[in-house]
Amino acid sequence: MKQFLFFIQKEFYHLLRDKRTLFILFGMPVVQIVIFGFALTNEVKNSRIAILDQSKDEVTTSIIQQLEASQYFDIEKNLQSEADIEPAFREGKIKLVVVFPSQFQSTLLHTNSAPIQVIADATDPNVANTLTNYASAIILDYQNNIRGNQDFPYTIQTEMRMLYNPQMKGSYNFVPGVMAMVLMLVCAMMTSISIVREKEIGTMEVILVSPMVPLRVVIAKMVPYLLLSMINIGSILVLSVFALDVPIQGSLLLLVFECFLFTITSLALGLFISSVTNSQQTAMLISLMGMFLPTIMFSGFMFPVENMPLPLQIISNIVPAKWFYYIVKAVMIKGLGFFSIWKETLILAGMTTVLMLISIKKFKTRLE
Amino acid sequence: MKENFAISVRELTKRFNDFTAVNAITFDVKQGEIFGFLGANGAGKTTAMRMLCGLSFPTSGQAMVAGYDLYQDAEKIKKSIGYMSQKFSLYEDLTIRENIRFYGGIYGLSDHEIKTKTETLVHQLHLEEQLNKLVKSLPLGWKQKLSFSVAMIHQPKIVFLDEPTGGVDPVTRREFWTLIYEAASQGTTVFVTTHYMDEAEYCDRVSIMVDGRIDALDTPLELKRKFNAPSMEEVFVQLARKAKRTE
Amino acid sequence: MRILRILLEKEFRQIFRDPAILRIIFMMPMIQLLVLPMAADYEIKNVNVAVVDLDHSTYSIQLVNKVKASGYFNLVDYNESFEKSLEYVEHDQADIVLQIPASFEKDLVREDKATLFMALNAINGVKANLGGAYLRSIINDFNREVRLDWVQLPRVNPQPTFQISSINWFNPLMNYKIFMVPGILVVLVTMVGSFLTALNIVKEKEVGTIEQINVTPIHKYQFILGKLIPFWVLGLTTLSIGLTLEWIFYGIVPVGNLSTIYIFAAVYLLGVLGLGLLISTYAQTQQQAMLISFFLIMIFILLGGLYTSIESMPVWAQVFTKFNPVSYFIEVIRMVVLKGSTLYDIRFHLLAAAAFAVVLNSWAIVNYKKRS
Repeated sequence: MKQFLFFIQKEFYHLLRDKRTLFILFGMPVVQIVIFGFALTNEVKNSRIAILDQSKDEVTTSIIQQLEASQYFDIEKNLQSEADIEPAFREGKIKLVVVFPSQFQSTLLHTNSAPIQVIADATDPNVANTLTNYASAIILDYQNNIRGNQDFPYTIQTEMRMLYNPQMKGSYNFVPGVMAMVLMLVCAMMTSISIVREKEIGTMEVILVSPMVPLRVVIAKMVPYLLLSMINIGSILVLSVFALDVPIQGSLLLLVFECFLFTITSLALGLFISSVTNSQQTAMLISLMGMFLPTIMFSGFMFPVENMPLPLQIISNIVPAKWFYYIVKAVMIKGLGFFSIWKETLILAGMTTVLMLISIKKFKTRLE
Repeated sequence: MKENFAISVRELTKRFNDFTAVNAITFDVKQGEIFGFLGANGAGKTTAMRMLCGLSFPTSGQAMVAGYDLYQDAEKIKKSIGYMSQKFSLYEDLTIRENIRFYGGIYGLSDHEIKTKTETLVHQLHLEEQLNKLVKSLPLGWKQKLSFSVAMIHQPKIVFLDEPTGGVDPVTRREFWTLIYEAASQGTTVFVTTHYMDEAEYCDRVSIMVDGRIDALDTPLELKRKFNAPSMEEVFVQLARKAKRTE
Repeated sequence: MRILRILLEKEFRQIFRDPAILRIIFMMPMIQLLVLPMAADYEIKNVNVAVVDLDHSTYSIQLVNKVKASGYFNLVDYNESFEKSLEYVEHDQADIVLQIPASFEKDLVREDKATLFMALNAINGVKANLGGAYLRSIINDFNREVRLDWVQLPRVNPQPTFQISSINWFNPLMNYKIFMVPGILVVLVTMVGSFLTALNIVKEKEVGTIEQINVTPIHKYQFILGKLIPFWVLGLTTLSIGLTLEWIFYGIVPVGNLSTIYIFAAVYLLGVLGLGLLISTYAQTQQQAMLISFFLIMIFILLGGLYTSIESMPVWAQVFTKFNPVSYFIEVIRMVVLKGSTLYDIRFHLLAAAAFAVVLNSWAIVNYKKRS
């Protein structure tokens, strides 16, 4: 036991001595939370638009005022002719052009109907869709204003309730994802690299010929990263609650337990990678391509899994992060209890056990 | 400082924070001399050597190497010296021929010179068969001999060797020293650190560093006489015992 | 010049001899460009709906059929219990619960007014928003049909009406891949350029060969050029492979001139390589180099406008993107590929890229020390 403690101490020395690495390992979750929480939103606002007003009458002027007044649009340019539209788009900043034909007001007066053209830069389809919708809504609002409100017969009203995230904040979606990402990075990548590094330098052999039981060597390697990860989890949770206003709806104890479980899964993955590679560069490459990318892709927090082709959806089931993401969302945001997530927990635990067993076995055979 | 010394060092010091690795050492190395630079692990040999090669800035003191000032003309010094570091420093993923071409090239040798050099060098080391093999496939002894030859490729005035024979078998060591003698006989000054005391006997003069200072400097014969010791080993042990610094 | 040639010769030999590098250059574009775009499909479709129908009337069934037929929605369950439907939401099997109250048809016909109730899983706000909007527009359509059953509307507009028509330029089919794939290619080129450069130099540090170079009389700039040029070529190779893959698998052919992309990429890569170089001067081990590059590139990518548009970021983040080389290239490649922007259109981007190249490389050269 004393041996074992010495060993853990040695691992801590390694970790603490390298200040740069340590700084990044602790800084990573903070930076990610800040970026995801504050900088990245799918909301579209302050988009630059241009107006081609060939009529310049009272009605067009007031519609333009309405557009200008909304938080979604900044009118950047007034175009003179249709030939100006394409260059305006090509320079890159203008996302939408609203075109009023000449004689707009008089057409409206005579036929009760006047055409407005909304041209979107559909380079980014989602933004184009959203902006077109916003512009239409503003124009229709104005239309209802000049009509004066009146009730239609046979009206179906729709009442909407936003569950779990009434303010529709992006962070509710991102926080669990960031947790999965950081744990993967710290545990899987760092452990695999640090073990492979010892192989490269040759110290692993020295350790293996010592009377330490291989299992203990492995565990000792993991303890510092486990601790580091728990600190990271703590900082992520504190930041989300106090800086992002994402409350923990469910049981904190359950949440921490699940994080602990996933940390061990990630460590097992790292160990597994280290048992199949011999160079740091390969270990990094496998960690990045085989662990990190799937975590981002398949956990569902950045890319919608349900839109993927079926084979990818099936593959997504073997990515541990997917299950973890589901669990964290359930416990932290939906406030569900253990009975709603026992199946997922069991899957995660199963994966961990299998990975651990395989890697330890590989580790042993290397000895013989 | 006299011009005819290959290396001339006065009060050279290197400090890392509050640790003085090299403490005001002073010595001269004559041209064409084989100068042994001895000391226990951590005595400051490598640091001193790295300063003389222009890899590390001195904290204070003066030094002239190959007639150039260490502070002002470090890049000129580099043209006139060769260096073989403790770590094996040829490219393992290049072949012998490619390594020779590379180092010859960066020292400004022409294609023709590189070609003749490669031939003589390979002949001298009996590496004809291995010429197009990757360096990583060579045994350590050959690697070391090859490193030495590559360090000598531009016929430097001075060659610095940092523990060139570490981990090498006695036969190869002897062969290695034949190479050193050959270089010296052609007028190259050899500055060598070593842990092998029999090698120290081969040197023209030997200095022994203890705790960052040079505690003794003379011919091996004179040193043995001074310390009343039968061998260099005994001289070394007597001096090293005084060391307070451990690694 | 000769020394540079010798250095380049050596670097290229090593690169072609290293299976890992070749794998990275050929495999990474394959994986990233072929798999990632499949995942990066943000179009809102396949919204799962659970319907609670307490009415079981003609209208309620018509409405449910209309929702089913729209193509956007999967009907997960059709039942009479809100609690049960909510459970689907809890298990992420449904995104929306639509409840049709017991007297829906009666209220609509008798009282002229009926209310539907919708509960949306808003953890993913975008999906909730758009899914809700789609469902509402289907309900509005349904509403219009119902109204037509009962009232004959006059043929001439009695009310002033704006006829809004919308057109989508540059990407009329609203294909998300055309938007994402070039952006992903930028990320790829950036990663290859900075990671490989940083790792390559740090590896020479770790192995010790850099020391041997430092005792030779070669100049800093020669050494650095000798490192930059090979990776510059590799970066452009990756770009070419990527553009070819885009053409083969997605049929993406730049509307603008290919040379515009290459001219920009040539300048941009100098900056990226400079970044790699700079990282290598700070890192001692490959692990450090990897971690630092990863950390920086991650920030650059997230704040580069690949996933979310820069305009909607807060001011501080927008200011940051001005100092983010990745954001310039992402913008440029999209402009050229989709809109056919010319060299003149991207002149300021080009200038910025040149500035990055100068600053990062000078910084790296100052920081690269032959002597410690």
